[in-house]
Amino acid sequence: MSQPVVKPGIAAGRLAPDRYRENFSDLHAPLDRHEALVEADRCYFCFDAPCMNACPTEIDIPLFIREISTGNPLGAAETIFEQNILGGMCARVCPTEELCEEACVREAAEGKPVRIGLLQRYATDAAMDANAQFFTRAPRTGRRIAVVGAGPAGLACAHGLAVHGHDVTIFDGRPKAGGLNEYGIASYKSPDGFAQAEIDYVTAIGGIAIELGQMLGRDFTLSDLEARFDAVFLGIGLSGVNALRAEGEEASGVEDAVDFIAELRQANDLSLLPIGQRVVVIGGGMTAIDAAIQAKLLGAEEVTICYRRGKGEMNASDWEQDLATSRGVVIRHWLAPLRVLTEDGRVSGIELEYTQLVDGRLQGMGHTTSIPADQIFKAIGQTLEPRHAEGLTLIGGRIEIDAEGRTSRPGIWAGGDCVATGDDLTVTAVAQGRDAAQSIHLALAARSAPARAQAGERIHG
Amino acid sequence: MADIRSNFVGIKSPNPFWLASAPPTDKAYNVERAFKAGWGGVVWKTLGEEGPPIVNVNGPRYGAIWGADRRLLGLNNIELITDRALQINLQEIKQVKLAWPDRALVVSIMVPCEEESWKAILPVVEETGADGIELNFGCPHGMSERGMGSAVGQVPEYIEMVTRWCKQYTRMPVIVKLTPNITDIRYPARAAHRGGADAVSLINTISSIVSVDLDSFSPEPSINGKGSHGGYCGPAVKPIALNMVAEIARDPETAGLPISGIGGITTWRDAAEFMALGAGNVQVCTAAMTYGFKIVEEMISGLSNWMDEKGHADLDAFAGRAVRNVTDWQYLDLNYIAKARIDQDLCISCGRCHIACEDTSHQAIMKEKDGKRHFEVMDDECVGCNLCVNVCPVEDCITMVPLEPGMLDERTGRIVEDRYANWTMHPNNPSTRPTPGDVSVVEPAE
Repeated sequence: MSQPVVKPGIAAGRLAPDRYRENFSDLHAPLDRHEALVEADRCYFCFDAPCMNACPTEIDIPLFIREISTGNPLGAAETIFEQNILGGMCARVCPTEELCEEACVREAAEGKPVRIGLLQRYATDAAMDANAQFFTRAPRTGRRIAVVGAGPAGLACAHGLAVHGHDVTIFDGRPKAGGLNEYGIASYKSPDGFAQAEIDYVTAIGGIAIELGQMLGRDFTLSDLEARFDAVFLGIGLSGVNALRAEGEEASGVEDAVDFIAELRQANDLSLLPIGQRVVVIGGGMTAIDAAIQAKLLGAEEVTICYRRGKGEMNASDWEQDLATSRGVVIRHWLAPLRVLTEDGRVSGIELEYTQLVDGRLQGMGHTTSIPADQIFKAIGQTLEPRHAEGLTLIGGRIEIDAEGRTSRPGIWAGGDCVATGDDLTVTAVAQGRDAAQSIHLALAARSAPARAQAGERIHG
Repeated sequence: MADIRSNFVGIKSPNPFWLASAPPTDKAYNVERAFKAGWGGVVWKTLGEEGPPIVNVNGPRYGAIWGADRRLLGLNNIELITDRALQINLQEIKQVKLAWPDRALVVSIMVPCEEESWKAILPVVEETGADGIELNFGCPHGMSERGMGSAVGQVPEYIEMVTRWCKQYTRMPVIVKLTPNITDIRYPARAAHRGGADAVSLINTISSIVSVDLDSFSPEPSINGKGSHGGYCGPAVKPIALNMVAEIARDPETAGLPISGIGGITTWRDAAEFMALGAGNVQVCTAAMTYGFKIVEEMISGLSNWMDEKGHADLDAFAGRAVRNVTDWQYLDLNYIAKARIDQDLCISCGRCHIACEDTSHQAIMKEKDGKRHFEVMDDECVGCNLCVNVCPVEDCITMVPLEPGMLDERTGRIVEDRYANWTMHPNNPSTRPTPGDVSVVEPAE
């Protein structure tokens, strides 16, 4: 075993070089053929299967598992992709323990659900490795749709529209497409450039152009898009970060967890990525867990997640919390940040106040504790930046949509984390993007054929 | 502690578990390993007549079908009788019997259907000190093309004739092994009985093709692109074997004829079922070929513990106890009315009972209650068919509960009668002669 390198403060290269690859390799090794067949045999092929109903994209799970068990992995992949074109990424990042696998009847029967996520990965990997494509584009309609955001919602929407023969242009402000799949997922859940490979696989259908470095509100406005396209889909995610509202949070060493995760995902050499010797992560969701685990994997000695409520209130699943603690992360509950402690303008620790619920309301208890830290990551939620939603009705700071994904502004649809009914899950974003594509297609088809022939006909034309 | 010692037609063994005549009993090496593992006896792999040794194929001899987790359910084979020299087999049989006097050692024989052939081989087998012989009238592949094996077993007159020769030329007990590849097992069993057989053993393997290679379109096992039917055995054939054993056990012409039960026996439970249906002992092959000889430990322990639990002091205490309960359909009690019951505490809500009943049976299991996923039997539709029990993945979750006399059968609207009534007494039966004054109707027409 290579010895870690002891370095105080925030520093790079805490691990021996060989440890980085090991630490950030695939969280779950993929199933080989034998393992997949053994696991597939465990599926009971339930009637109106609870797993299927627990899936936001309603993948026919019993059917695809049966297809795997009969030696038909490509058939299985087709069953998956029919409902969820990003089935490969969802197989890697879905909190299956709270979705399909929690609903699996074998969870009720013996506490060991069929490992649906790994089986889904087996099938989708088989199809992507073979570059088996299951969709053909309908004849071109000449309709043009702008999709803003190349994340899961935008990609699912673009694919659905392309299937119908529409021409899609995706705009994304980042240098690479993928959204949170590329910038927000923990490295060990999507190693080896999977996010980009999946984008290539999804866009191979044709009719999808991606324009990178094009940011809504900076490089173009919604009105610009309305003028140039027949319809617009917003899958812009949440780019704002909540403030700690703790004294001293501007100190050097206080960072956004999402930035840290993105930087880590894009790093070519993880040994050059600095990390604190002692790290505190504030928050209770997946971002907090991902940041904390990866801080630990980069060689931080002490990593503590502080959450202001109890274990049960954390957005991160029990499974994710256990994963973090198994990697040596300490999770502390009922602690709210009060003050960032500094020395010479740099973080030296954080003072937190104990909290409790009084009549259902969270209250500070008046006494505090301090945790020494060189680096503090904020993971207390992200927000929609209002300038991205000009003229759209918001609910709770997110875009209001109806059941089909229509916003309050005619001709504009939205889905994913930016909408009020999003639940911060990749799979929900895919479902919303997919359903919006169908709604857009029907709306465009409803416009009469003669109207389509009129040159220059636009949404508000 | 239950006494599981077996005495089958005078052949004693410390337990009723014998290895059937098959690859596991082809030579001293295997048989001695089996005896060390605890097997009560073996039937040595079939000997042929003196002469050039038998030739086997040099490619795959076995094919299989599997259940979940690739558990072997059925095996077939195209191996012939022993391909070792007769004298070597005889020497080894003698040596093994000397070394293991307390174990049963029976020799399987298959020679041409000519009196001289049998007359020649019987004395040399007897000379080994073997406990008995088993006449292989069963193998359905290869040897049957040469007028032996099942080619004999399919002609009752031949069975009787050869059995008679054997009884004439040897003092050893003669067990006649029957082929299931016939229409009515009672005819060959009766023939063996008439010929003086001490016992019958069954079943031998069933003619079968287990699978087809969908690339080469060759049946499997494939010998250079071609296949031939093999003999099928293993857990999949157990129900066929049980029925044939029962048919012989309850046939008045063969009642009391000792039976050695064979066919898919894998556990002590299988063995006990065969013996309850009239087998005096059992023979095992596929289970050993799948898991090795050690399985006999489970069989011995399981059978002993069950006998202790049920108070069966020895094998005779339960042997044949189920025979009297095997009857013809026409004598089944039509006044016995059962309904399926789903134990909601055990139910894991897979819904397979519902979809099986809904799609393929009687639409008698609801899928929701008060807007929630819920599976419950509707007595007014349930015919008591037992399909839901059989498709449920949880043991004892669904059970069949008989209605007591006096209770209402909600499906028919009739009160359950406290009276046995069968098809022979049913008004819908054209050959029924109603007893004068008997106006009761057993079951409305479906």
